[in-house]
Amino acid sequence: MSAETKKKTMKLTIPEEELMSPGHLACQGCGATMAMRYMLKGLGQKTIVCIPACCWAVIDGPFPHSSLGIPIFHCAFEAAASTASGVKAGLEMVGDNETTVLAWAGDGGTFDIGLQALSGAAERNDDIIYVCYDNEAYMNTGIQRSSATPYGAWTTTTPVKHFKNRPKKDIVAIMAAHRIPYIATASVAYPEDLVKKAKKAKETRGTKFLHIWAPCPTGWKSRPEDTVKLARMVVQNCIFPLYEIENGETYKMSIKVAEKKPITDYVRLQGRFRHLKEDELKVMQDEVDRKWAALQKKCL
Amino acid sequence: MKKVMMGNHALSYGAMLARSQVIAAYPITPQTQVVELLSEMCASKALDAKFIKVESEHSAMAACLGASLAGARTFTATSAQGLALMHELLHWASGGRQPVVMGNINRAMAPGWSIWTDQNDSLSQRDTGWLQFYCASNQEVVDTVIQAFKISERFMIPSMVILDAFALSHTYEVVELPDQDKVDAYLPKFNPPFRLTPKEPHAFNALTSPEHYFELRYKLQKDMEKIPAAIEETGREYEKAFGRYLGQVEEYRCDDAEFVFVTSGTAGYTARVAVDELRKQGIKAGNLRMKVFRPFPFAKVREALAKVPKAAVVDRNCSYGHHGIFYQEIKSALYGEAKAPALFGYITGLGGRDITVDMFREIAQDTLSKPRPSEEIGWIGVKR
Repeated sequence: MSAETKKKTMKLTIPEEELMSPGHLACQGCGATMAMRYMLKGLGQKTIVCIPACCWAVIDGPFPHSSLGIPIFHCAFEAAASTASGVKAGLEMVGDNETTVLAWAGDGGTFDIGLQALSGAAERNDDIIYVCYDNEAYMNTGIQRSSATPYGAWTTTTPVKHFKNRPKKDIVAIMAAHRIPYIATASVAYPEDLVKKAKKAKETRGTKFLHIWAPCPTGWKSRPEDTVKLARMVVQNCIFPLYEIENGETYKMSIKVAEKKPITDYVRLQGRFRHLKEDELKVMQDEVDRKWAALQKKCL
Repeated sequence: MKKVMMGNHALSYGAMLARSQVIAAYPITPQTQVVELLSEMCASKALDAKFIKVESEHSAMAACLGASLAGARTFTATSAQGLALMHELLHWASGGRQPVVMGNINRAMAPGWSIWTDQNDSLSQRDTGWLQFYCASNQEVVDTVIQAFKISERFMIPSMVILDAFALSHTYEVVELPDQDKVDAYLPKFNPPFRLTPKEPHAFNALTSPEHYFELRYKLQKDMEKIPAAIEETGREYEKAFGRYLGQVEEYRCDDAEFVFVTSGTAGYTARVAVDELRKQGIKAGNLRMKVFRPFPFAKVREALAKVPKAAVVDRNCSYGHHGIFYQEIKSALYGEAKAPALFGYITGLGGRDITVDMFREIAQDTLSKPRPSEEIGWIGVKR
């Protein structure tokens, strides 16, 4: 088949443009790299990204290398949102009203140490996109619990005899309470949906918040080849439903779940949950059911 | 144009005349009037700038750094606890070579809560790689802000313009405001050698291995070493345009002095009154006021003190477990010098206790009565 015919027959569902190069420093099966790749396909090259301390501070590559085709401001851990607000204001003052400003942080930098700056930017409704790629612990420092770590999980600071016994912080509810124009959840197993949400965020003025599910084989003790599988299962079992919120109050489901699956298969693929007993799994399932029911009531 | 204004407003006018483009700040007593006036200036378009009303000083500096790397001239102001909260970002600013200019109102650190002046807040930031200018009048504040931008942007190193809480921040003085067109000629538009732009994508502040980090910091210090000469140069240029010279130190009646106070901030002006009184009594006193602390004006200090038999450093700060901070630094600058005074060290005025002419008289008496200094701190005005 000639290249020309191939081009005619191939029907791509996401943009072809690649703004992330191979040769980066991520682990095998890293969900965070997929998240960045798809996000940039949605946003395009006229984007500036602020990256605080997180896996991506390393993944991009050490000075003088970079695996991204856009400018990067590696910034302080707790300052992704405030740095992005500054970049946006600075660009406008030098006559650039076009470039998209993206803050790109992990769950630690969002749920924990960066929450204050994020809340500040959202309350001011600064025109930035804030993405939290969530791998549910401090993975860059070696798997310590964050407030995004789910109930039941093992981490190096929540050993199996003392696993995390509090539920994951509801960051989306916190952001919705700021009544920002656009919030969405996304998963690396659904690239078309993710790219669509990136584009919508780009076209919306004000603060946008995207919460992207990004499995971490190293920290979850899962197989690298299961990353996409896990990222799909978590949507299908309704642990992490994909939806959008406009102005903090209009909820819309993005991926309809035909048949809600139990969490068991998802949990069994990950070493971080291996120690859990039946009654503890029931606690997890009950929490998922409760949250899913509440979300369905909110959705159109 | 002449205008009567408080020290805090002098900072605002300096930032306005310098045509700051992005301001990000958080309120803290005794700095609030700086940002209040700048908010009004931005709202009325007297200043074409964006004011980001952030939720903390940490975010204030982070936003300034974002704006600065996008290519905008940026300004902020803070004090004490706010400056301490910013500490991490101060390293980001100098390490990232971003020429932010910041006003800091010297206020004593808690606990107990204090809103009154001393220098431990700014001097605790000594090793962050910022230029530090200590002011003694509102005129000096306006002039210093404009020159700080000039020097910072030339070397891509940030500057802190420092004034005493209340003694200067809330004290009204006549200020000659420079003409805008002359300031524009003196301080052209900010045009950084590098910036964040999709046209030329770079990764800034990336993970830096031991192979490169050392050289980046070496370059920062090498540039710092060029700044004393640059302050003289830009100061002369400023003097030519506006008739006032900044410089690194101010010598007052030091030429024939047998005894010199070494001071900083508003205490430097109180010292001048004490010098005049002592001279009336036949004591040949002088005052050396430190206007720049970083980079340390080694040459100027050595030159000014070479001909003096005795000097008393008056510190409104303390490095607990050591001594007054200006005293340590001046002592180290004089170490090994063939011509150096016997150096006495005094600490006074912590937490905003007034430093009076009588205190300077007491310091002079103590210094002149002793043949040589001891290691002990001379505490002035402390109740014990």
